Amino acid sequence: MNAHPVVTGLGVVAPNGLGLEEYWAATLEGRSAIGRITRFDPSDYPSRLAGEIGAFSAREHLPSRLLPQTDRMTQLALVSADWSLQDAGIDPGELPDYAAGVITAGHSGGFEFGQNELKALWSKGGRYVSAYQSFAWFYAVNSGQISIRHGLRGPSSVVISDQAGGLDALAQARRQVRKGTSLVVAGAVDASICSWGWVAQLASGRLATGDDVERAYLPFDSDARGHVPGEGGALLVVEDAEHARARGAGKVYGQLAGHAATMDPRPGSGRAPGIERAIEGALRDAGVSPAEVDVVFADAAAIPELDRAEAEAITKTFGPHAVPVTAPKTMTGRLYSGAAPLDVAAALLSIRDGVIPPTIGTSRADRYDIDLVVGTPRPAPVRTALVLARGHGGFNSALVVRAVGR
Amino acid sequence: MSATSLFTLDDLRRILLEAAGAEEGVDLSGDIIDTDFTALGYESLALLETGGRIEREYGIALDDSALTDAVTPRSLIEIVNAQLSAAPSA
Repeated sequence: MNAHPVVTGLGVVAPNGLGLEEYWAATLEGRSAIGRITRFDPSDYPSRLAGEIGAFSAREHLPSRLLPQTDRMTQLALVSADWSLQDAGIDPGELPDYAAGVITAGHSGGFEFGQNELKALWSKGGRYVSAYQSFAWFYAVNSGQISIRHGLRGPSSVVISDQAGGLDALAQARRQVRKGTSLVVAGAVDASICSWGWVAQLASGRLATGDDVERAYLPFDSDARGHVPGEGGALLVVEDAEHARARGAGKVYGQLAGHAATMDPRPGSGRAPGIERAIEGALRDAGVSPAEVDVVFADAAAIPELDRAEAEAITKTFGPHAVPVTAPKTMTGRLYSGAAPLDVAAALLSIRDGVIPPTIGTSRADRYDIDLVVGTPRPAPVRTALVLARGHGGFNSALVVRAVGR
Repeated sequence: MSATSLFTLDDLRRILLEAAGAEEGVDLSGDIIDTDFTALGYESLALLETGGRIEREYGIALDDSALTDAVTPRSLIEIVNAQLSAAPSA
């Protein structure tokens, strides 16, 4: 129980790749999925670009019983969980009861499902609202549906801290495994590219406007002016290291070695943002020195003051231009809770393949003293990676993943 | 109302599929009329949604207890048909 929990399965549903290897190949090629929204007519909105998952047909992957009761984000999450368990070589039916749980993060719940039911309510009346609206919109629904589908009745929950939640869910899975749960399906998938969801996102004031696909989402660029949202994410099998060894797990991608979460101080307090404390805390928890970190996957907000806070925190911890920094989410848009688990998957594949995926589109502004990996992937031995995520309202989270053994 | 407009097993099959899909390994087109809904893979929420769709389509109101009392397609069909024949014709 002393060893760090390990990741033995990865299930990825990303705008630029459905499935782990498809995503990874696209990411190393720098292939972006950001484009004009097709899921609804965005003409009348100031922001019209998104990272959509194009070719996904839920009925090809899921039983018909689940379709009328699930939002798109849940359908994507269920498929991601299936793939993660398959990748891990886990047959959930063979696990003892309560040995495995599900911990996801959620940003907005099942928005599109709720939008359709609200439409039915207003246009036709209450008798036309689906009985499944009772849970299909709910933040915890992905955890619940994955749990039911696979009979995973161990510790299960949902974490809500916007984009930081994707890491916080993995940290909660790590805690539960350390307390004795054999494995947890953990991570997040979000998808709310529908007109109602869009209006809610616009309210943040952080969405990039306009139609220029190449220049819309530019973290750490002097032209940074907001982000492009996307849909998708990743679910991981987080497993007790001894359990993985005993069953002869085929793949051990790496270990969840350290985590910390902080809150920003009250606006106007004059105190420093919390991201640096999160980084320090995660490194301390992992027992890792800054010099041992081979790559940082940035939160990459593309809001100038947030980019500055992140770049300064990295520079203070590691020194100027001392560690490669990357943001492959420039190819997918920000996936809210789904973003960080996808970054963790990318970090683990960086460890596997010895290559750092690129940030695309951005030209690093001179004022940021970070070694941003731009344009093309950079071959490099990677044993330790730091993944950062921040959520609207002051959430900061940092997770250290490390190669196992050798 | 003529007898042909009454609620049949085929009507129920169609509405069940729309409302809640079909459980893997269950053949809804088979001889299911006396099979418990739970054995067909439908829990209370699936039946609530099914009942709502029947109400909308046929312009009737089912008691809440109707859906909990009807444990098989036959009993639900009987309840719906009793409502339909009791309904005043337009």
